[in-house]
Amino acid sequence: METQTSRTEEKLQCYHCGDEVSNTYYIVDEHHFCCLACQSVYQLLNSNKLNGYYSYNPHPGRSTKNNSGDLSYLDEENIVNQLIDFKDDDCMIITLYVPQIHCSSCIWLLENLHKINANILSSRADFMKRRVRIRFNYQQLSLKQLIALMDSIGYLPQITLQDVVKSERKNDQYQLIRKIAVAGFCFGNSMMMSFPEYFGMGSFEATYARLFGWVNLSFGLIAMLYSGRSYFSSSLKSIKQGRLSLDVPLALGIAMLFIRSAFEIIWNTGPGFSDTLCGLLFFLLIGKWIQRKTYDNLSFERDYKSYFPIAVTRILGGQEKAIALADLAVGDRILIRNQEIIPADAILLKGEAQIDFSFVTGEAFPVEKVLGEVIYAGGRQMAGAIELEVVKSVSQSYLTSLWNQPIFSKPSSFTSFSNTVSRYFTPVLLGIAFFSASFWILSGDYTKAWRAFTAVLIIGCPCALALSSPFTLSGILSVFDKNGFYMKHTLAIEKMATVDTIVFDKTGTITNPLDHKLAFQGKLSELDQLLVFSVCRNSNHPISRAIANSLPPFYRAPLAISAYEEIPGKGIRATADGNEVFIGTPHFLGLGTGQPIGTYIQLNGKVKGYYSIAQHWRPALPNVVQQLKETYSLHLISGDGCSDQHLLHDLFPSGTPLYFNQLPADKLHYIQALQQNGKKVAMVGDGLNDAGALKQATIGIAVSDDINNFSPASDGILSGTSFLLLPTFFRLAKQAMKIIYSSFCISLIYNIIGLYFAISGNMSPLFAAILMPLSTITIISFTRLAVYYCAFKNNMKR
Amino acid sequence: MSVLFFLIGCSVCIALFFLVAFFWASKNGQHEDTYTPSIRILFEDEISASNPDDAISNEDK
Repeated sequence: METQTSRTEEKLQCYHCGDEVSNTYYIVDEHHFCCLACQSVYQLLNSNKLNGYYSYNPHPGRSTKNNSGDLSYLDEENIVNQLIDFKDDDCMIITLYVPQIHCSSCIWLLENLHKINANILSSRADFMKRRVRIRFNYQQLSLKQLIALMDSIGYLPQITLQDVVKSERKNDQYQLIRKIAVAGFCFGNSMMMSFPEYFGMGSFEATYARLFGWVNLSFGLIAMLYSGRSYFSSSLKSIKQGRLSLDVPLALGIAMLFIRSAFEIIWNTGPGFSDTLCGLLFFLLIGKWIQRKTYDNLSFERDYKSYFPIAVTRILGGQEKAIALADLAVGDRILIRNQEIIPADAILLKGEAQIDFSFVTGEAFPVEKVLGEVIYAGGRQMAGAIELEVVKSVSQSYLTSLWNQPIFSKPSSFTSFSNTVSRYFTPVLLGIAFFSASFWILSGDYTKAWRAFTAVLIIGCPCALALSSPFTLSGILSVFDKNGFYMKHTLAIEKMATVDTIVFDKTGTITNPLDHKLAFQGKLSELDQLLVFSVCRNSNHPISRAIANSLPPFYRAPLAISAYEEIPGKGIRATADGNEVFIGTPHFLGLGTGQPIGTYIQLNGKVKGYYSIAQHWRPALPNVVQQLKETYSLHLISGDGCSDQHLLHDLFPSGTPLYFNQLPADKLHYIQALQQNGKKVAMVGDGLNDAGALKQATIGIAVSDDINNFSPASDGILSGTSFLLLPTFFRLAKQAMKIIYSSFCISLIYNIIGLYFAISGNMSPLFAAILMPLSTITIISFTRLAVYYCAFKNNMKR
Repeated sequence: MSVLFFLIGCSVCIALFFLVAFFWASKNGQHEDTYTPSIRILFEDEISASNPDDAISNEDK
């Protein structure tokens, strides 16, 4: 019984966020809380009768240890107007991105905001997109107050520069769905109208044949004009550019189907091919649609804009004022508070700078900066407020200037397999059509010549071919996504199959930012360890926490701490059980310059040694390198110094080019140089400093340990836990191409059978109406089965 | 048999009605979020969730 109680004590969890509770200061209504923030959220919800929040899930909250920063920019009307969706005399609608949404309690609470403040008229959460749309009375409750209210319950929305630059791509998807609906509508109805013809009509029913024909023709016309329009426009465009894309033979087939049907129906010579036309469009558009699988919760287009704030505090004549980032000029003096991001390269003028560059480089721990030093944009201040003078404008800074490189403005050129094929396919098809027409003309049968010509173009229409790529690749895409690799587009898989060179970034990519090993240089006795542990557990600083976690657990008897003082950016000073403990930078301990970087421990005036952070390779790394080195040439390019060089030499095969101290633009140029030597390069990176290289590479893969978190623009996002599977993903991409080749051969067989009938001028509408769906279904089922088989062979989740 | 003209007209009209209904639904954003409603439907009714005592006293009456 006693052991049980002690165990529950050990595992005491915060009622709000589920973190471990290490003290007994915060108890309300018999619920324990880990910190004041969690407790006050509970009290606020409780007083508004919103404790239903805790009944849907245990510990639904997220601990909010970092504060929200300054919201005063939300008082500026021109900034607010850029953020909102709609505004009238007293009502405002805004859609906010709330990354904290993770369970049903979150949705419940966010949709019950009106209970906390009656000026919130309604709110609607979207779980997958992690968004909440709020309608509120802005005369009574300003946007700033609303954001502050959401912050107080632990749901601080993330407002970034990207919100201002809103993109409108959704309309496109909506259009396609409407086209599919119309094509499907026409297909179903014209099929009904065609059945009497196919089943054979008696002499009496034959009087209706003309009516059926005309109704069919109008369905065909609607489908062609509404759903098939894009095929005509895109094939025109490709002809103008001197290319023959796959849309050209498709458009030819569609046009021929319609013209032939119109002739037959108007001159009453036959029933026409309207149902085949509608069916063709319907299947083609479905193929297009499945190719565009989107991930609601992921974004592949993120650049620095989705990460930078929209406003910054400028100090002018002793006055602090929030200004939009676009208005920030060189020479401005700015104030950056704890947890805020430095938006432009600036010189440190005042304060202690502890800059976290994890988004930029993947480095897990903050870097210390001294007065007068230039701090590059993109870092997050982790200590108290600092003052800086801007030396470069936002878009010209060290990091952001990367986006001024030409690669970001020019569209990538990559010819997919189906477009390569169509380059030969179209001329051959036209050749056969003209050949068969001239053959019948020479033998004097003009009707047959016309029939054969149109029939060749109809039956040769590469419908099955057009579907084999999308269905195979979307199948592979869904296998990838079940295994933690999220691709932006099916084309990326085709690109991936061509790759022969893989370039890795180091920090955060092949090292795990969440898993860092602390190494202690020096010696600590058990009592010393207890002293260090007792002090460190009081601090929220990441290094203190890491130190406390690295020591053996002293749960039962941490020592009593007095005179505890934590100086941001420097260290901790405390007295533990009568012993004086200093933990912090060498400067803080008065050790002078020239000491190795680390966190030093001083007990009772004696320096015991220091902790340094060793980067931890992802455990799968040796295995991944082993598998990849056989097929690919590997490179490593890192923004860091070369301290790990000897370790990397052991990991990578001898002769692997390893580069260190590379600037973001260097990485881009390195990829460019490889490509100029004819290499197809895959870049595997993680931070914003890899963004240029990721974009330049044939395929850019961003590694992210929390896929909902920030990751730079790329072709694919690989979850950190799936790093092990990287070689398998590359193998699968190659196998996908083999599946496409085989299904292409199958569709060619269908085309050849059809062409035999077409050239002889004997193709009946029924034959076309059966052959076209039959070939489509064969291709769809073949590609699906082949993809599943490949995934099964490679032991992937399906 | 001229009723056939009428029937064809009817069937096309009904199909058109559904097509328009689909257009309306997708324009209205009904296909935008297909996940959250599945969670939302599981939430308790207002009274019993926020104040269990009220729910009981209501039942007593």
